Amino acid sequence: MKLGLVVDLDTCVGCHACGTACKQWNTSGTIGPLSDERPYEKDPSGSWLNRIRTYEVGDSPHSKTVNMPMSCMHCEDAACVTVCPTGASYKREEDGIVLIDQDKCMGCNLCSWACPYGARELDPSSGTMKKCTLCVDRIYDEQLPEAERQPACVLTCPTSSRVFGDFDDPDSEVSKLTRERAGQQLMPELGYNPVNTYLPPRNPKQQDQIKVSAMQGVKQLVNRIINR
Amino acid sequence: MHPAFSVLIFTVTSGAGYGLLAWLGAGQLLGYTQAQTIDQQILLGVIAMVLVSIGLLSSTMHLANPKNAWRSFSRFRTSWLSREAVFAIALYPVAALYAAAIFWQWWCINWLAGLSIVLALITLFSTSMIYASLKTIRQWNTPMVPALFMAYALSSGGLLFLAVSGLFGVFSAPLLSTVLGLVFTTFALKMVYFFWQGKPQGATIQTATGFSQASVRLLDAGHSAPTFLNREFGYQIAADKLLRLRVVMTIVAFVMPLVIFYCVLQGSAVELLSVAWLMMMAGLLIERWLFFAEARHVVRLYHGDQRT
Repeated sequence: MKLGLVVDLDTCVGCHACGTACKQWNTSGTIGPLSDERPYEKDPSGSWLNRIRTYEVGDSPHSKTVNMPMSCMHCEDAACVTVCPTGASYKREEDGIVLIDQDKCMGCNLCSWACPYGARELDPSSGTMKKCTLCVDRIYDEQLPEAERQPACVLTCPTSSRVFGDFDDPDSEVSKLTRERAGQQLMPELGYNPVNTYLPPRNPKQQDQIKVSAMQGVKQLVNRIINR
Repeated sequence: MHPAFSVLIFTVTSGAGYGLLAWLGAGQLLGYTQAQTIDQQILLGVIAMVLVSIGLLSSTMHLANPKNAWRSFSRFRTSWLSREAVFAIALYPVAALYAAAIFWQWWCINWLAGLSIVLALITLFSTSMIYASLKTIRQWNTPMVPALFMAYALSSGGLLFLAVSGLFGVFSAPLLSTVLGLVFTTFALKMVYFFWQGKPQGATIQTATGFSQASVRLLDAGHSAPTFLNREFGYQIAADKLLRLRVVMTIVAFVMPLVIFYCVLQGSAVELLSVAWLMMMAGLLIERWLFFAEARHVVRLYHGDQRT
């Protein structure tokens, strides 16, 4: 299995609900609390596993606002795992989820340096690295109804622009979406082969050509010849 | 990259220590330590290991959870940081045996000297590869980084060997010329590195966001106060200040020591070499600070940088 997310950049409205739901679920999840510093002051900080940024793509008047949520890409060739000296950072063989063993991490920051996507953040109180778990404590929980065995960010997304699934299965929803909508990886040139895939915004529908009457067509042709 | 002071101290002082140990071992093999007494040789070895130890202790200061530091020996097969830890610790018993071999003049002294040199150089190489193996930071991901780290260590270690020998009243002009050549080579390599670093290359905001055909600008970073990512990777410093620091670094780390070398070769007091060593160490601290401050991680592209 190769579990991961598809993020639809066409429909994401940048509401930050995925990031909030992520924090809410994971702060009481398997990796322990996601602690905060000065949460009620003017410069709050803390570990956060899913960051949403907004870009302007293209030049006005043909520009478009694109919201881009980013969490761990669960790379197939994860450099964060290779560089880890303690063995705290690991990639699960059975489903490809990249996790951090909180009992082994010594907080050297090297994995966060090796990650190009900014997916890893040091927890200020435990001194260990925290990252997206793909809600590993949700997706296999048989106590939950089957429809809810999905990452918190996917369940909460109001525009359904996040889809969770197995990229190894060619008939899964994520594989189909990637195929049909030309899904792409971010920064593929670094060679980490990220699993999470982003669907580019669709082009707006072309407006129908305005029908031109035969008489106007002749007039336009004559005008063009005269201009020559 | 945020320049953590503990890492600057670590790489500069332990580098000088490993360099000094390598010069001491080479002296045993090539014969230039014969001019020194046994006590002087052991003192040089002790200085080397004290510098190394200060550096290694300083490096544990930047760990956020140091109680797990012992686990860093476990991933020798993949992680350069783990390799560095293993080789750094493996050097201690070898260095202790080498000191004993000097004191009692054991038959295996040349073997232990050779092993000390090899372990010191491998540890230096492992340290530099921690940085050079990161594809996310193009300023570090170059074979020039290991070459430079080895060159700094051997230059500052060689200069320290000469300075301490000078205080003992031992002076060797051929050795001084060798170290001078090495310092000059290091200087030239650093200048090559500065020119290479200035060339734009690597990932851009287009490849980072996937919009390869259009201009991309950050509208909103998604947070109202700095995050871990901003503090760790967003280190920004004015270009004119960087340029001034580069000039200061070049003068303090290379030009002044080279001038002092020249004066000593012309007959000035050998004790001046101690001043040259202190200057080079101060210069190398600035160099290491620049090494971090000028390195731009690709995650900055997501925070609005157009290129790294």
